[in-house]
Order: sequence, then structure tokens, then C-alpha cells
Amino acid sequence: MTTAFDEMRASDGSIRPAYARLAEWLGRVPADVLAYRRREAEFIFRRMGITFAVYGEAEATERLIPFDIIPRILTAAEWTRLAKGLEQRVKALNAYLYDIYGKREILRAGIVPDDLVFRNPAFRPEMNGKPVPHNIYVQIAGIDVVRTGADTFYVLEDNTRVPSGVSYMLENREIMLRLFPELFSGHRVAPVENYTDELLATLKSVAPASAPGDPTVVLLTPGIYNSAYFEHSFLADKLGVELVEGRDLLVKSNIVYMRTTEGPKRVDVIYRRIDDDFLDPLMFRPDSMLGVPGLMSAYLTGNVTLANAVGTGAVDDKAVYSYMPEIVKFYLGEEPLLRNVPTWRCREADHLKEVLERLPELVVKETHGSGGYGMLVGPMADKKTIETFRAKLKHAPADFIAQPTLALSTCPTFVEQGVAPRHVDLRPFVLYGRDRVRIVPGGLTRVALREGSLVVNSSQGGGTKDTWVLDR
Amino acid sequence: MLSRTASNLYWLSRNMERAECLARILDATSRLTSLPQAESEPTNEWESAIATAACAQSFKVNYAEANEQTVTEFLAFSPYNPASIRNCLETARQNARAVRTALTVEMWDAINGAWHELKKFDGKRLSHDDFTRFLSFVKQASLAYDGSAYRTMLRNDAYWFSRLGILVERADATARILDVKYHVLLPDEERVGGPLDYFQWASILRSVSALTSYYWVYQESVKPWLVADLLILNRQMPRSLASCYENLSRYLDDLAQFYGRQGNSQRLARAMLTKLSNATMDDTFQSGLHEFIGTFIADNNRLGSAITEQYLT
Repeated sequence: MTTAFDEMRASDGSIRPAYARLAEWLGRVPADVLAYRRREAEFIFRRMGITFAVYGEAEATERLIPFDIIPRILTAAEWTRLAKGLEQRVKALNAYLYDIYGKREILRAGIVPDDLVFRNPAFRPEMNGKPVPHNIYVQIAGIDVVRTGADTFYVLEDNTRVPSGVSYMLENREIMLRLFPELFSGHRVAPVENYTDELLATLKSVAPASAPGDPTVVLLTPGIYNSAYFEHSFLADKLGVELVEGRDLLVKSNIVYMRTTEGPKRVDVIYRRIDDDFLDPLMFRPDSMLGVPGLMSAYLTGNVTLANAVGTGAVDDKAVYSYMPEIVKFYLGEEPLLRNVPTWRCREADHLKEVLERLPELVVKETHGSGGYGMLVGPMADKKTIETFRAKLKHAPADFIAQPTLALSTCPTFVEQGVAPRHVDLRPFVLYGRDRVRIVPGGLTRVALREGSLVVNSSQGGGTKDTWVLDR
Repeated sequence: MLSRTASNLYWLSRNMERAECLARILDATSRLTSLPQAESEPTNEWESAIATAACAQSFKVNYAEANEQTVTEFLAFSPYNPASIRNCLETARQNARAVRTALTVEMWDAINGAWHELKKFDGKRLSHDDFTRFLSFVKQASLAYDGSAYRTMLRNDAYWFSRLGILVERADATARILDVKYHVLLPDEERVGGPLDYFQWASILRSVSALTSYYWVYQESVKPWLVADLLILNRQMPRSLASCYENLSRYLDDLAQFYGRQGNSQRLARAMLTKLSNATMDDTFQSGLHEFIGTFIADNNRLGSAITEQYLT
């Protein structure tokens, strides 16, 4: 494996310009002060967690996602390039969904194989030929990006269903402003606090044509037992919209209403944080207690907007991912601005053969997996694990893809031993409205806290950082 | 506001208030039973406590006899009693979690803190002293919740719904105490109040924390008809039926004005207030205290249903 790109320190040991002030500050602040501030950050997080992120009765074991107090810094130039690529990517994702639920030109052109659409469990036949408001499917996308060099960014994953994590982006900044005001005064950091304003503008822009000038938006949550409930209530609060559960909504004559103290009130846009399967027991899982009977009928009639649309999962699995460069070219006639990690589709015999030969050096992922579960990182795995995966691959090759192990970039991180480089990724949030695409500068940086680890998922011991995009 | 939010605020307050009322009933009963019983009148105060808490039926399913141990366990801790103090506090916290963002930080801290504290009390192993501490903890928790709501909430529909919950529950609790004890309050020209009666009257006052208030208001020794007056008609007394309805009517009117629409609950509350305003204790005794209280409890329940129907579903 090649040496990872260090975002702070060039290979000759010199500090990159964007990190100059931070490096100087790190050199000046004693370790015990950093340790103290970190404890303080944890205390504030816990308090916020206790004051509004309380789940289940297992509260005592409730885990905080570790927060690293050293920010990650991107320059304005780096960000501008990245943002352009993200916008292009999300346009292509939307065009693909519009096409596969419509004319299916991409299949006729032979760019992607039919079964990638029709045998995809996240494909919703119910959406065939059904228009969605303003033809927008993915209003909110979380695009996971990794960096391997000064100018090299790869998209690792497109999250187009109900991407989460944006509340951490906002809270991390809030905490940093509280703990390190002196650091901010020395930098011109682009704000992220306007994310919820941008989100609300996006949601309002995609209201059905029949909605009034100021449409009513709600956030639909599965409820207090959902692990992301904290984020749901946090966002609803900042958006100033009602946080509703399925039972708060009712459908009459294909129109959605919420039950309020002043009687039923019409709802125009639903920012739903419930999976497709649970949305409407009349159309999807009949045992769903979380959904709203009749919601799909109202949706397909065009009386309410669901954000994201139903069936967007058909574009975010890892098999479709491997075709993204072709998809971008097909719909936009442009070269992709962001790279795709070269991907072996184990469903194809020659790919599988090569993967099995090179297993110890590859990363293997489940096509429909997420959260870092069920994943093999070849170079880090022992013989036994590799052999287990070999058997799995032979048994159900179509369920897996493989990729080369990328040397994810590193950022200075405050760990037990002091300040040391750790591998990071980035999840920027892209908002796609009727009027335009909005991306607040930055996103959620996840960091693998264990030395050498490349897995940044919080379920696997990852933490988060505040992400700074410098204004200049 | 979402009906579910309003409903959670309303029931959150009702549950906190109920927990406090139960604590006061247990406290008063415990004091009363520590006094020597009159040979002629072997009343079972623990049975009265169960009757006052309006759960005689579910109690009988679970226990053979009403005594200090069984009643205390049932009213304070039993998982089989959905309205035990413990269940009230747990349900209150569930209500609070469901509407976390509609609460102020102070209210949440009061409820959440009480819930954590509650875990320290294991019903089976409490000594008498521990139990006294438990009762005082419950009262403190309710006061902390009520005080934080009063001092920190915006005066809008959320606040009014939380007040309605407290007041409907409180009116019910006061009425039930009167319902169970009405016989010791009946005026009897012939009867000279003996020490036992005095303790009964004092105990009623204590169960609504009004013993001191009584002396302030009437400036004479405890007389049964004055006790009844204080708990039913006296508007200075925050737990009296009249005071509860004065406030219920006011907050319901606030809501009606806020929403620009009034309904059944406003009409019911106003009718009740008028009835209480026009009543005198003499008339009430004459036409029957017991009937009066019985009707009141039914009417109060009707108001609860009207509020639910109009706003909470």
C-alpha cells in the first residue's frame, strides 16, 4: 500500500499553507489544554445528548460518536472543484432515476444491464411511469468522498435514500465555535449554519404545483426508538417544521393532512426519514405501524411531495455505483469531474476470478450493505477472515463488489498518544431543489481513530471532525 | 400544534400531578393510622386510600387485604397498577421524550432527573424512613416540574395544554378525597367533634396540603363545614374545585382566543364555574354533599373527554 496523503504535512515535512495557522496553534497549545477541551466537548455533547438524544431504556449505554477537536481544513479552490463534481454527480443520479422509472433509454442504449434495474430489490415497480413533482427524485444526497492526493478525490458511495449525519456537521461546528473562538478569528471559515435554511428552501421549492405559495413542510420520523431520532428532532426544530409520526398524518380524498389542535391541516411536502418499505401499509409492508395508509396514493396523484422520492434506492447500491462514470456521460454528455473507485463486479465471471486471486489486497463490500458491516479490508484481515470471504464470494458472487484498497488521506487528530495523522473521509450534503443545487461548504468528516484503520464508520469505532472550507 | 404534541403535554402534566396527589394521600393516611383507633368506629383508612385513588377494583384483583404494606406497594410501586406513582413518573417521562423539543430545558431536567432518582427507590426494601423520603421526593419532583413550567414556558398553547392537564387531574383528586371522606364533614348539630374527628379533618386538609392555609383563611379551629368550604368553594385555595375551574375556564378561553374558535370544552368549563360560583355551602349540604361531589366527578370527566375530542385527537 502506498503512503497516505497527509492533508497537513507535505512529503518533505513542510506544512501546507491552509494548515499553517492551525499547525502553529497546535505547536503552541499544550497537550493537557487540548485534553481538557476535549473533555469539555464531550461533556457538552453528552449534555445535549441527554437533553435531547435519549433513546430506549438502554440509555445508560448510549454511545456518543467520538468527536475530534482538531478541524479538517480544505481550501476554497479544493472545495470549488469538489462542489462542481458533486453537483454533476447528483444531477446524473436524478437523471438515471427519472429514466429507469420512465423511458429506460439507458437500458436500450445498453449502458447498464437490465437486471441491474429489474432485479434490484430497491427498485419500486409501483413508480413505473409515475411522474414525481418537478421530476426530482433525490432532493437530499450524502455523497461519500475520499481523497488520495492533492487533486484526487474519489466518490466512495452515493447515499440517496435517507442520508443522515448532517446534525453532526452542524453540532461539530457549534462546539468548535464555543471551545475555540480564537482559532476561528485567525481563519476565514465558510459558515455551515445556513444548512437548515437551504434545506427548507429546497423542500419548499419541490412542493407540488397545486400547493399554496407558502407550502407546509413536515419531517416524518419513525419515532423515538429510531437511532437517528435525535437528528430528526434536531432538524425539525431548526427548520421550524412539525416533527410528525405516521399516526399524526391522515389521508382523505388523496390529500395528506396532519392532526393538529386546530383540526386537520394540509401537508404539501414530507421530508421523510422513513424507509420506502414502511411508508404506507396499503402499498408496502402491511405490518408497518410507522407509515400512513393511503400516503402512496396521495403521492402518486401528485398531491404531496416526498423527499426523497420513493424508489431512489435503485441508484445507491454498489453495483450501480460501478457504472456511474458511464451514467454521468450518458445523461450529461460530460466527463465525470469526480473519480469512481475502480470496481470489480463479482457477478461477472472474469471479475470474480481476478478478485479471488487478489483477495488479500482488495476491499470487498456487499452490494446492498452499508455502515461498514459485512466488509473485508484485505490488507488488514487475517487468513481466516479472507478464506471466509472467499467462500462467501463463491457462494453468492452477485452480492459483492471489490475495490482496490485506497490510501485514504490523513488529518492531524488528537488521540491518546497526542496529535497524530488518522485516515478520514468526507460526506458533503447536496440539496437538489427545483430552482438550483445547494451545497453548504464542508460536510461531515469521519475519522478512523485507530491507528492504520481505514474504516471510518461510527459503528466501527470512527469519530467525526469539524470540516473547514477556507474562504480564501 | 400537532394533536399528539398537545396530548403529550396534557398527559405529562396529569401524570406528574397524579403522582403528587397519590403521595399526599399516602402521607396523610400513614399519619392517620398511626393514631389510636376508636373502638366504636373501626374504619380502615387504607381502604379509604384505595377508594380515594379510584382503583379499588384492580387492587382487589391483586391483594386480599388493604393494609399499610399492600396499599403502599400498590399505590406507589406496583407494576400492576397503571396509575401507581412509579408508573405515573415513567409515563410522564415517556410523554416528555415524545415532545422533547416542545419542553424547555428546565422542564426536561426536572422530569428526567426525577426519573433517574426514582430508580434508587426499590419498593420492596424500603424502610419506613425511606418511604417517607420517597413521598417527599415525589412531591419535590412535581413541584420542580410545575415550577419550571411556570417559570420557563412561553405563554402559548403548549403552556395552556400543560396547565389543563394539571387542573383536570387536581380537580379530580380533590373531589375524590371529599367523596371518600364526605361523611366526616357532614354537619351534625348534636355531635361534638372529638379528637378522632379532628384528626380526620386535619388529615383531609393535609392530603391537599392545606392545613396551614385553613388557619390563615378562617382563623378558627378546624370545623368540618369550613373544611368543605375551603376545598370546594374557596377560590383562594389552589386545590379547591372552584379554583381549579376558575383556571380551567381561563386557560380554555385563552386557547379559544388563540385559535379563534371555541367548542364544547369551553362551554362545559364555563357552566361548571358558574355552578360553583353560585353555590353556597348551606345549599350544598342541604341538597346533599355526596350527590354534589358525585356529579362533579362525572362532569369533570366529561370535560376531560371534551378536551381530548376537541384538541388532542
